[in-house]
Amino acid sequence: MSQVEPTAAQTPAYDDDIVKMFFGATVLWGVVGMLLGVVIALQIAWWPANLGLPWTTFGRLRPLHTNAVIFAFAGNIVFTGIYYSMQRLLKTRMYSDILSKLHFWGWQAIIVAAAITLPLGLTQSKEYAELIWPIDVAITLVWVIFGINFFGTIAVRKVKHLYVAIWFYMSFVITIAVLHIVNSLAIPATLVRSYPIFAGLTDGLVQWWYGHNAVGFFLTTPFLGLMYYFLPRAAERPVYSYRLSIIHFWGLVFLYIWAGPHHLLYSALPDWAQTLGMVFSIMLLAPSWGGMLNGLLTLRGAWDRLRTDPILKFMVVAVSFYGMSTFEGPMMSIRAVNGLAHFTNWVIGHVHSGALGWNGMMAFGTMYWLVPRLWKRAELAYPKMATQHFWLATIGIVLYTLSMWAAGLMEGLQWRALNETGQLQNPIFLDIVFRLQPYYWMRLLGGALYLTGMVMFALNIVKTIKGTGRAASSAAPTPAPAV
Amino acid sequence: MTNEKKSHDSEAAHGSFHRRVFERKSAVFAVATTIAILIGGIVEIVPMYTAGAGPETADWVTPYTPLEVAGRDIYIREGCYLCHSQWVRPMRAEVLRYGEWSRAPEYQYDRPFLLGSRRLGPDLHRVGQKYPDAWHYEHMRDPRATSPGSVMPPYPWLLEATIDAQDIQASVRALQKSGVPYTAADVDGVAGSLTSQGQQIVTSLAGAGIQTEADREIVALIAYLQRLGREGKAYLSSPNGGGE
Repeated sequence: MSQVEPTAAQTPAYDDDIVKMFFGATVLWGVVGMLLGVVIALQIAWWPANLGLPWTTFGRLRPLHTNAVIFAFAGNIVFTGIYYSMQRLLKTRMYSDILSKLHFWGWQAIIVAAAITLPLGLTQSKEYAELIWPIDVAITLVWVIFGINFFGTIAVRKVKHLYVAIWFYMSFVITIAVLHIVNSLAIPATLVRSYPIFAGLTDGLVQWWYGHNAVGFFLTTPFLGLMYYFLPRAAERPVYSYRLSIIHFWGLVFLYIWAGPHHLLYSALPDWAQTLGMVFSIMLLAPSWGGMLNGLLTLRGAWDRLRTDPILKFMVVAVSFYGMSTFEGPMMSIRAVNGLAHFTNWVIGHVHSGALGWNGMMAFGTMYWLVPRLWKRAELAYPKMATQHFWLATIGIVLYTLSMWAAGLMEGLQWRALNETGQLQNPIFLDIVFRLQPYYWMRLLGGALYLTGMVMFALNIVKTIKGTGRAASSAAPTPAPAV
Repeated sequence: MTNEKKSHDSEAAHGSFHRRVFERKSAVFAVATTIAILIGGIVEIVPMYTAGAGPETADWVTPYTPLEVAGRDIYIREGCYLCHSQWVRPMRAEVLRYGEWSRAPEYQYDRPFLLGSRRLGPDLHRVGQKYPDAWHYEHMRDPRATSPGSVMPPYPWLLEATIDAQDIQASVRALQKSGVPYTAADVDGVAGSLTSQGQQIVTSLAGAGIQTEADREIVALIAYLQRLGREGKAYLSSPNGGGE
């Protein structure tokens, strides 16, 4: 980025109120979504935690957990980052304050609607697209509002050149619209029930085209946008390679969309589609690692600050987990590996190394960086607590992924084990379920540590904003450093 | 030396093209991104509707009866698919544990598909007729009554809650609109079909000493579970399906 820094007189009045609103929503939904995760982890380890009520069984709370962490927690931090960085990168206020507010309140209303309907059992059953059709219509409307505001801001920009973060945001805005609309096409039966226009395996293909690219374009490309804006700022170093950013951007957006059928390997879906899904999933390793390397190498010359700066600790671990998950994913897409891993806890471990490791840690790093700047505080209310949060979260992720890898490998191998006469070694399914119990408790501990970190983070943020922390009251506000 | 310089120049020109066109003309960038993300989806999804390339269909599979539709909606409402797959993979261990691997036509009337992605419990695609109706009734009331040590939560409310014929008729009508070959008589006859199929299950349960009514949710769920995989199993064991 070779932009001329505007003088004070030229600096446009950015809308930071909307950034603060999305920031607050991120913290709130983060606590709720992760608490739900701990609750359903307990239900798996100890079934009486289903409470014997229809609204609190695992089958109804699990979609609420995934929706809360993906669309409420991750969604709101992405919007926080986009609204903050776009205005600064394009040197203009958001296109319309009214659209910004409609976007914010519309999105939060959708989350509340999800929190009401999912425990009632109102669901379309498609993973990460469970919400019933009237809410799907609302999502489309809110997305159009966001899209107009997003492209409107680009249209009125004061900087001609679109920085790499904006490319990634743009792929997010466009692709999520396409995925959501196609996967939600359904014939309504009643106000709360509908049936998809696609049938059987074709419906499965469309769903996993959506589902895998929800990971690609809701949890990956916008987070890479956050990485490209906030990591260089936190490290005070320019992005390592401009050329690499071009190559891995186009590689990622083109290849990702093909990978969905790896969710249907060994199904009766036509083989050609399964093979395409597998081949493109393996190729995805290259652009994914392009992004990881560009992030990590941006820190060249700043590695010593990792010892002291919790923000960089969060970001470096985030990018490292991104690299690890995007290595693991292609490996799991290989047919033979998938034959073992599919249906097991290994998959749960994989998604959580991405969600807790990459998305969560990137969100925390970004928010710790943002909070003093948004609220004009000299530092966090409890600076040391940020480092404690980092270690709790990291240990939590390690416990989570290790236990799920072990459990997944174990059940995958025991399901398929044959004895010397060619019969099942473990013919009783429940026998294998019993052996998984210790791993479920270990996973619960990992998740609880991560949640504890999240609660400490929320407390730290609230105290910092209120200015009741130890250091905040006396210090003068720090001006944001130049890009 | 010349080559080196040449390749460096062309790279610089490429970089500057990206900078000059894509990064300065936002509409061009947006259109190019849209094209890039559409190609894969189009190549994979469109052929599903062209002859020979999509999932195989067959006439040995029939659409779900109204009671089975109601049961399937309960299965979806309770999130059963989150712990139970309906997808026996073509592997020796799976066929030994569950039965015949799942064939494409068996899913042709599934809207939405319910293959599942996780097995906290066993696969259910061949569960039809594996256990008596009374087993399912007891299992839903208290999973540990039939499967000691099970980690499944109980679903006692299914034993009391009732289904609504008009509601199910709306479902059958919507399914018909989406392409399931129900006749007008099928749609009109939903209430009668519900009662007659429900009554058979009530009778079978009464034989095991369980008193219930034909309009209970548990009856619909049993109808659905008992149907899973049966047509496939019958076809595959017939001479046409390669059986003996």
